[in-house]
Amino acid sequence: MLDTGTTLSDVIRLIKERVVKVSEVTQFYLERATRLNPSINAFITVNDAVLDQAQKMDDQLPNQEQWEKQPLWGVPLGIKDMFCTKGLRTTAASRMLAQFVPPYDATVVSRLKQAGALILGKLNQDEFAMGSSTETSYFGQCRNPWHLEYVPGGSSGGSAAAVAASMCPAALGTDTGGSIRQPAHFCGIVGIKPTYGRVSRFGIVAFASSLDQAGPMTKTVEDAARILEVISGLDIKDQTTSSEKVPSWSNNLNPNVRGLRVGVLQEFMDKSSLNIDVARALEEVEAFLRKEGASLVPISLPLVKHGVSVYYLIASSEASSNLARYDGVRYGHRAQFDHFSGVTLERFYSRNRSEGFGAEVKSRIMLGTYCLSAGYYDAYYKKASQVRRLLRDDFLKAFQQCDVILSPVSTTPAFRLGERLHDPLQMYLNDICTVSVNLAGLCGISVPVTLSSQGLPIGVQFIGKPFDEQSLFNCGFALEKAFAFYRRFKNELPRL
Amino acid sequence: MSYQDYECVIGLEIHAQLKTQSKMFSADSTQFEAADNAHTSIVSVGMPGALPTPNRLGVELAIKTGLALGCTIRERSVFARKNYFYPDLPKGYQISQYDEPLCENGRVIYLLDGAKKEVRIVRAHLEEDAGKSVHIGDASLINFNRSGIPLLEVVSAPDMRSPREAAQYAKSLRQILRYIGVCDGNLEEGSMRCDCNISVRKKGETRLGTKVEIKNINSFRFVEKALEYEFERQVTLLHSGQAIVQETRLWDPDKNRTFSMRIKEDADDYRYFPDPDLLPLVVSSSYIEGLKKQLPELPLERFERFQKQYGLPSYDAEILTEEKEIADYFERAVVVCGNPKAVSNWMMTDLMRLLNDQKLDINQCPISSESLGELVQLIDSGTISGKIGKTLINEMWDTGRRPKQIVEEKGLVQISDEKVIEGIIDAVLKDHSHAVAEYRSGKTKSFGFLVGQIMKACKGQANPQKVNELLKKKLES
Repeated sequence: MLDTGTTLSDVIRLIKERVVKVSEVTQFYLERATRLNPSINAFITVNDAVLDQAQKMDDQLPNQEQWEKQPLWGVPLGIKDMFCTKGLRTTAASRMLAQFVPPYDATVVSRLKQAGALILGKLNQDEFAMGSSTETSYFGQCRNPWHLEYVPGGSSGGSAAAVAASMCPAALGTDTGGSIRQPAHFCGIVGIKPTYGRVSRFGIVAFASSLDQAGPMTKTVEDAARILEVISGLDIKDQTTSSEKVPSWSNNLNPNVRGLRVGVLQEFMDKSSLNIDVARALEEVEAFLRKEGASLVPISLPLVKHGVSVYYLIASSEASSNLARYDGVRYGHRAQFDHFSGVTLERFYSRNRSEGFGAEVKSRIMLGTYCLSAGYYDAYYKKASQVRRLLRDDFLKAFQQCDVILSPVSTTPAFRLGERLHDPLQMYLNDICTVSVNLAGLCGISVPVTLSSQGLPIGVQFIGKPFDEQSLFNCGFALEKAFAFYRRFKNELPRL
Repeated sequence: MSYQDYECVIGLEIHAQLKTQSKMFSADSTQFEAADNAHTSIVSVGMPGALPTPNRLGVELAIKTGLALGCTIRERSVFARKNYFYPDLPKGYQISQYDEPLCENGRVIYLLDGAKKEVRIVRAHLEEDAGKSVHIGDASLINFNRSGIPLLEVVSAPDMRSPREAAQYAKSLRQILRYIGVCDGNLEEGSMRCDCNISVRKKGETRLGTKVEIKNINSFRFVEKALEYEFERQVTLLHSGQAIVQETRLWDPDKNRTFSMRIKEDADDYRYFPDPDLLPLVVSSSYIEGLKKQLPELPLERFERFQKQYGLPSYDAEILTEEKEIADYFERAVVVCGNPKAVSNWMMTDLMRLLNDQKLDINQCPISSESLGELVQLIDSGTISGKIGKTLINEMWDTGRRPKQIVEEKGLVQISDEKVIEGIIDAVLKDHSHAVAEYRSGKTKSFGFLVGQIMKACKGQANPQKVNELLKKKLES
């Protein structure tokens, strides 16, 4: 009944129709997670209590009315380790929080629980979500299920790998500059970064507050819509959430793209800078859209070329302040001191933080601290904020000519483990196609379409107007029907 | 060396705790009395993922203060992060306001030796308090009960030229804050804290000298003492050719001196930037106008009105307008009896004494303002004598009952019937024929003795004027 081709929507239907029990579903994914984790390392923590919780649900199938309130009833989900989960260790993949057990649930987690979902475990990522390969995790690098010598992308690499390897039917990720979309692209799954303000950030370990958003990572577009419906909407605990109505995206899915105006972002379509397989995939998608009656509108946004610089200035500045709370005083890593006599406060902080943070996190804290310092603020943080506003204006202007924008997710498919670890600039440039969406507060989706010549997945990105996630889901749904990438999970994903 | 050749330049930064039930960015209580770390939450101890939500009342009280200080209120102000590391600062930054504060460009006008003095207010901005470090032996402990308490930091211009001026300004600011009900002004409990900036220069000099900051002084007396000490210290240094070091000092109330806490080699770099967790604080002009309408009459205006409207001497007016509640009490009592001077006298003597003896404030006074007005009315209408009034007020205090009630029950009504009084006089004169004879032989002192005997005989109830009148008539007939 359950196999690697099973989607989240399948799981819901099978439970609802009493074909499988909740505990059987949990058992299936738990077994795969436990068996595959040594090779993939997608999980940092497995929830020991999940099977018990599942068994308790076996005999309490909801009635029709309850189903509507609990649309994810009995579904075990994987959660990126950035989300606070009450009583379940939340590490942000850092030594700093290696022992941290939150006393509360993130809003998103409590909404999932209220919808009937179970937490299967906590997923690997780059430390504090800073990275694009899930190689900076204190708990070891995560691997791409399509090819174990390749990275799964990042920072939500554990989430992408776990879904692709069917270690869980769906997962939550966070996206600050592409951390949902890029690993989704690397692992052949669907990942959506909602509009800034769509999803509450309360209880998510903060990286860059003005950019962070949570979103689902799934095998299909419908699955993503179902989860996003549950986690979206106003939260009084997060002032930056929007009161915008949350539509029933999954019920409104429409694969018809006739008459749709699809902007094609020229700055990212330069064939010479794109990997040949990525370029070919984009051509196929363009041809398909044209054939289905969409009109392709070339658009140009010169400022996106500065996206990576602006992003690293703003994200690092915010991070340098957001990570100041990790000082080893109230919780988190504290260095071993033989005795405290003669230990200055500075020494205490410095040892706690030197030991607790990894190299990538430290370099970003230093970069951000520098940007905000007196004498540099105007030239860096302030100027970056100004460019950011212009970039948003340009995007909104472009959306007068088109309904959605098509672009690559990344210039290449997954790269080899270690390939870019010591070339930070190359690693950062990896984010060029995704960061602008966060900077401008838009929504973006990554949808898988094909495999590269090396058998690595390739997705494309659609960028939408603020709060127009429906158009992204519809475009993704159209591609999914045409390219049917999700079918590959059943037979083509190499045996693990 | 002569101190007269020097002047000091003083500016104050006063942190006022706004009177809210919950903290500025979380729901934990602001109550002072509590076990250590009882009033904390994931927000106020800076847990990962915790986010701030602004307290609406905190904003309202801050705007009210700004208005009372004549500030311009920004319709769009910004919360900024002030970044620094300290164990009692759980997030590693304090949420404050930086280049776009809520209130700017106001002033405080107050009385100094009967003359009006103005101190400009540069800005007043909202921020959250930090926790408190406690050192016990080798251990350092932190109490986060204060972490996140809403504060309004009121920054004055360097407009004060003497320690006394500075202390008086601080008192006046406290008075205003209490009048408008935004801060209880309790210095011992830390709901008001004062940082003083002081520099000295030769008189006539226009350039400012090197500034020294004295932090966290918790009484107005100490503000004055610390500034006096600092003035002398700095003048002595300058006079002996030494330079003033820019530094932060603390006041030691036991040794009556300031001492260096840390030297500021460079300006602190707090790396302020707009807090991305909080939206800009936007308030409409109609909202601000609405709050303006809620403001009560301020102390100085009321002081002036009391003199003008009620004909009170400035001394009375000052005391009666010291606290809003006292002034309100006074005016309510005057409405009842229409005799402001009499109410003022009763309040400034008997009532204040009774309150002070029991250490009560006016809100806890067992005698209502209506009762006091009634008492004055009873005396003015001749129903009771002033002497009875003096005993009556004690009974009112003890029982909390209305004076009319007591007068009726105890039969304390003044005897004004001449026939009755004459009867009493006749009886007394008969008993004291010796005194009568003395009076008639020219010893007029005996008159007082006889009045005393008459009042004693009638238990003080006879109308004293009538007693005087009738006695005189009888003795001289």
